[in-house]
Amino acid sequence: MPATLRNLAQRLGMMAHSFPGGVHPEQHKVSGATAIEVNALAPVHILPMKQHIGAPCSALVNIGDRVLRGQKIAKSEGYVSVPIHAPTSGRVVKIEEHPIAHPSGMGMPSIFIETDGDDAVDQTLEPISDWLNADPAILRERARMCGLAGLGGAVFPTFIKLVRDQRFPIETVILNGIECEPWLTSDHRLMTESATEILIGMRMIKHMVGATAGLIAIEDNKPKAIAAMREAVAAVNDLNDVRVVELPTRYPQGSEKQLIYTLTGREVPAGKLPMHVGIICQNVGTTKALYDAIALGEPLTERVVTVSGDALPRPANLLVRLGTPARLLFARQGLEDFTGLQIVHGGPMMGERLKGPDIPVVKSTNGLLALSANAMAAAHTVEQPCIRCGHCSEACPISLTPNLLADQCRSDQFDKAADYQLFDCIECGCCSYVCPSNIPLVHYFRYGKGQIALTRREQAFAEASRQRSESRDARIEREKAEKAARRSRVRQTHAPKPDTSKPETAKTDNATATNSSNTANTKPEEHS
Amino acid sequence: MPLIMLSSPHAHGGDSIRMTMFTVVIALLPASIFSVYLFGWLAVLMIVTCMGVALITEAICLALMRRPLTTLLDNSAALTGLFLALTLPAATPWWMAVLGSVFAIVLGKQVYGGLGYNIFNPALSARVILLISFPLNMTTWIIPMSVQMGATHGGMDLYDLSQCLTLFFGGFDALPAVAQHGLDAISMASPLGHVKTAATLGISAPAALASYHYHLLDAFLGFEAGSLGETSALALLIGGIFLLARHSITWHIPFSYLGTVALLAAISSTIAPNQFTSPMFNLFAGGLMLCAFFMATDPVSSPVTPVGQIVFGIGCGVITWSIRSFGGYPEGAMFSVLLMNCAVPLIDHYCRPRVYGYAKEKPEQ
Repeated sequence: MPATLRNLAQRLGMMAHSFPGGVHPEQHKVSGATAIEVNALAPVHILPMKQHIGAPCSALVNIGDRVLRGQKIAKSEGYVSVPIHAPTSGRVVKIEEHPIAHPSGMGMPSIFIETDGDDAVDQTLEPISDWLNADPAILRERARMCGLAGLGGAVFPTFIKLVRDQRFPIETVILNGIECEPWLTSDHRLMTESATEILIGMRMIKHMVGATAGLIAIEDNKPKAIAAMREAVAAVNDLNDVRVVELPTRYPQGSEKQLIYTLTGREVPAGKLPMHVGIICQNVGTTKALYDAIALGEPLTERVVTVSGDALPRPANLLVRLGTPARLLFARQGLEDFTGLQIVHGGPMMGERLKGPDIPVVKSTNGLLALSANAMAAAHTVEQPCIRCGHCSEACPISLTPNLLADQCRSDQFDKAADYQLFDCIECGCCSYVCPSNIPLVHYFRYGKGQIALTRREQAFAEASRQRSESRDARIEREKAEKAARRSRVRQTHAPKPDTSKPETAKTDNATATNSSNTANTKPEEHS
Repeated sequence: MPLIMLSSPHAHGGDSIRMTMFTVVIALLPASIFSVYLFGWLAVLMIVTCMGVALITEAICLALMRRPLTTLLDNSAALTGLFLALTLPAATPWWMAVLGSVFAIVLGKQVYGGLGYNIFNPALSARVILLISFPLNMTTWIIPMSVQMGATHGGMDLYDLSQCLTLFFGGFDALPAVAQHGLDAISMASPLGHVKTAATLGISAPAALASYHYHLLDAFLGFEAGSLGETSALALLIGGIFLLARHSITWHIPFSYLGTVALLAAISSTIAPNQFTSPMFNLFAGGLMLCAFFMATDPVSSPVTPVGQIVFGIGCGVITWSIRSFGGYPEGAMFSVLLMNCAVPLIDHYCRPRVYGYAKEKPEQ
């Protein structure tokens, strides 16, 4: 249907709002019916010092220290940051660089904890059972202390969003149970199995931000999760303002901005946050973790991970302690030999392709996929020239013109690319997915964004240097002028004058002048 | 081993250039088959020659530029050849078809840098070069199915291979019928040309059409004079709908293009029925259908944004109707597409859709 007609229908309320574009990738939700299994403790847990968006943490423990499960082992540096906790009890054996989930195979300083098998828990955090009457600020601090970050994959520190601001009153809490990435089923299983906890977590969020309404958004390919959440909502008496919304399956429905638009018809203005339009959006996994942190006093030390892929014999959803090496999870599901396979961290649309399975599970690990070369072949063939078919523009959920942007990034016309709203790209990958020429458009956008960011940093640095140097010149000028003024004044005071109307100032001036002349005199003497 | 991107996404919808081009070839099948039905062996000779020469020229260009010959398999050169063949009159001699195909590939496409970089539609630019260079040949329309349709003496049998070969390789003068009775024995005017000529003689449009024995149904089905693939609006509509259904093209360009022509014709023919022709006549005449569904929607040389495509279509429509009504040439569809091709970068720049999160007025930085 033409976009204009659709817009008109939506305005008139004849049709639900829906974002433009999007794609329908093959679902591959093979592990959707598999219940969450608890994964055994690993012999060694590896905890990178940064598992969230923001500043890295610094270690609080030393080699040889004994730690308990839930004990804080790294503290946050800076506001946009959350601490890291030990996933089980054991001994810190080393602190050194270890590869993290990054396509380059880049490393990150990590704490290695050798498991002692006791799994003894640090009991310092008290459960807050009467959270409904608790001060939101205390609950917010609890979310920060427990290391909560968005478990949908973006790992933005949760506490930052859980704020009550008089200027931006929050009306609606949206729980994101969309999980639109192919293969992934961790949120699906979590909603099916822990609906009640998730609902309590949502009520906690509503209490913390002072919201009245709540929406739980689930794609229609998860009927069991929808039923479970509806049941949980029905079981609570006074929850008339919380609704479970079933949305048609389309990628990237789970993207925050697209979800907000679909549910409320509001757009988050560019450069603003959902709170600016009165909305807070949380992933269901994060909500469950918030429940654990407040009602049980448990910091974030485990998460549900979908281990799947066409090369994996037994796809599963596992409850995994953070820091567990991915290789162990693949081995548990029957995959030992990785030759010719591709390992993807996260979903296939936005995840990172890894060099190997030797990375630890972190807070952002919603899935680990082992894909055969065949499954990846279509996505990774050689780039051909753009035939300007415009399919990318049609697929773009935020109405960019990806092929023009890619041209600009490729030819280093970054100013123009920024003018074409390059920075609004959410890197969902729809454009690359539909491109008949297999152009890695998202890759070009990342390159462009990186280059622009670099230029801006350099410009800021140059600007700061310029200001520093100018202020230094100004200071030297000023001092010179002052000195000259002083000299002339000293000369005047020393000059034979009958009138001494201001003896005080004359004296001090005289004193400083003598001092400076003294130092000036002494210096050469020292040298000689 | 080629450099493989590590960047996401790691999934792909499976579209390829080869399939995109092949879909268009399939969509042109109804028109191609109908052209063979109308013009017999001449159509076969023309299509084979154009496609073959286009492929050979492309291969030579790629070899000269030291590019991989596998690019030939993307079907784009074959498609250009087919496009060109379908826009040529049936009686075009072989050397003109060869020249046109070479023009299309070399001047229309490869000088710009190959597939994806051409500003103009390659087939149309070659056709315009031919039209301007050889106006007589390019406006001589063979009577379709002349013998079958009752051309009495001197007509040529288009289903006779030897006669067609004689015409194709020897030109008009080699045909005994032409030698005896002149060119008129085998050719006729196209409806658009007839109306245009009549207008210069001061005959009104309805009178001209009456003297032509014009029937709307004939024009719709394609039993009239014209280029190989242009005559049948029905066959082209079938192909166009196939393309729309396959999502190879969107509705924006064809609908806005045809709509604009129809609207302008409706208004003008209501105001001055003697001077202007009716909307239906305009829609089914000449190369409009072919241009609207296949030429103007050529992805490389058309805008990418939906609003831009509508602007492009309206522009094509206005220019087509203006040339037909006021211009020196009877048909303006191909000129309109080429002229609007020039404006594509500008259209793309100013018709970008509103990006999520930006107010309607203007994007702030």
